[in-house]
Amino acid sequence: MADESIKVDAVLDAIAALPGVTAARRELGELVVEVARSDAYALFTRFRDEFAFAQVMDICGVDFPERAARFDIVYNLLSVTRNERIRVLVQVGDSDSLATVSTLWPSATWWEREIWDLFGVPFDGLADHRRILTDYGFEGHPLRKDFPLTGYVEVHYDDEQKAVVYDKVRLTQEFRNFDFLSPWEGMTTLPGDEKARGDRK
Amino acid sequence: MSELATRTSTTVEIDNHTINFGPQHPAAHGVLRLILEMDGEVVERADPHIGLLHRGTEKLIEYKSYLQAVPYFDRLDYVSPMACEYAFALATEKLLGITAPDRAQWIRVMFAEITRVLNHLLGVSSFALDCGALTPGLWGYVEREKLLEFHEAVSGARFHSNYFRPGGVAKDLPAGLADDIAAWAETFPKFIDDVEALLTGNRIWKQRVVDIGVISAEDALGWGFSGPCLRASGVAWDLRRAQPYDKYSEVEFDIPVGQHGDCYDRYLVRIAEMRESVKIVKQCLQKMQPGPIKVQDHKIAPPTRAAMKQSMEALIHHFKLYTEGYHVPAGATYTVVEAPKGEFGVYLVADGTNRPYRCKIRSTGFSHLQALETLAKGHMLADTVAIIGSLDIVFGEIDR
Repeated sequence: MADESIKVDAVLDAIAALPGVTAARRELGELVVEVARSDAYALFTRFRDEFAFAQVMDICGVDFPERAARFDIVYNLLSVTRNERIRVLVQVGDSDSLATVSTLWPSATWWEREIWDLFGVPFDGLADHRRILTDYGFEGHPLRKDFPLTGYVEVHYDDEQKAVVYDKVRLTQEFRNFDFLSPWEGMTTLPGDEKARGDRK
Repeated sequence: MSELATRTSTTVEIDNHTINFGPQHPAAHGVLRLILEMDGEVVERADPHIGLLHRGTEKLIEYKSYLQAVPYFDRLDYVSPMACEYAFALATEKLLGITAPDRAQWIRVMFAEITRVLNHLLGVSSFALDCGALTPGLWGYVEREKLLEFHEAVSGARFHSNYFRPGGVAKDLPAGLADDIAAWAETFPKFIDDVEALLTGNRIWKQRVVDIGVISAEDALGWGFSGPCLRASGVAWDLRRAQPYDKYSEVEFDIPVGQHGDCYDRYLVRIAEMRESVKIVKQCLQKMQPGPIKVQDHKIAPPTRAAMKQSMEALIHHFKLYTEGYHVPAGATYTVVEAPKGEFGVYLVADGTNRPYRCKIRSTGFSHLQALETLAKGHMLADTVAIIGSLDIVFGEIDR
């Protein structure tokens, strides 16, 4: 078991030393690496060829609207020969694009199409850049945090036109979004108590 | 005039046409729309259009508490519901820093294997049905019904069981169920023998599936294959063995591996896996001891009904748990399970509130279906149906 942990740390050190890696750590036992956008493609090539990460199991986006580089694109790579996983995070801004990794792993094509569809992050060099999960002719990128849960349009069958038509979404009941953040756990300073803990100089 | 006469003209006959396969097609296994470019009866290009069953599960989960998110996982891969819940339960437990009690882990392993049999029964029998063999389908449904009764006995529902919860399982096994499962485990291998007698040596079946949709180990890795489809190509990779979770490290089982990576091997691997699953179920029944079935922290798992009648604290816990839920510390995890179809993963990002900030579902069939063009190119149209059947895809999880 002790040998195992030494071996594991060696991987972390080796990856942390690569140029372009801005941070590397273990989070809940999982190897997490942050990578600069410009170096991402070169690093992915090295991960595949030198570190034997032959599979990209999943690529997904996470939206942090308050951040300058708004999206995290998360790559979960797997090496079946070394029984190792790595999570690579690349930060991408609203108007940025990323180099595609579908040339390294063919399975990346659909994952990247999905990110384009749901988050609106484009991929340079992606051969097939159509939407994948949403409807033909859909507008917007639904997994962005500023896209409402109920969406903007709904479809129904129109008897006069004899066709399924799009219409603005109409809610029969107002959208309810409960705020369950309890003041007892969510807030560390209670209202009216702001001055108590301040460091006054 | 003379110029025209000397020019040799060649007539090229192009018999290319595009056909639309699905979205309503019995062999499409759901709502697959497949645009096939055919050269005569040979597939030149296959372009799957997915998303017709997209329900925005990931977006919905962002607006639900962790406990409310569990039922969505039943509706992903509706052929093996408990395997999907498993990934989410494990991911949440990891972020919360808790482990389920021993008995809960045994129950989960046992039901994960029952679900695997459930899935493979449908997978194999509908695969056979796609290739024209009706009987395994009819028999398979009868056998599946027995397993669905076990689902119903523990959770009250045949499919959408909502049984694996973060911190354990919803309820303990009802009295007598362990005996029923043990009795089933004794008789079930006979049923696999019967199905094998119908298919494995059947020359019509072999004519349809042997050497169809061949994928090499290297390609299978590149296309993100996992589970039986990867093992059929000769890669002995099983998450239950390589990265064991819960009690999988304490059970003995073999990992069946194919050699050719064709439809026939994918079928054989699934048949062999069902036999292994029965072995695991038997071991679970043997090793299971009485004990708690969920964590005893009532901020995460509800108190007993009886306690609520007596204790104010228990009542408050119950109320808080089913309105607000629990707050999960900030962090992220990519947690995977070996679902019957392959690697099913959940990338869960928590921000310290009672709702997931992001819950990405890594569905197995997504990458399998993507490789359809590679698999089907150069094959006949009817072989495409066999390939789709052998991949065992379900659109609930692909479209999410």
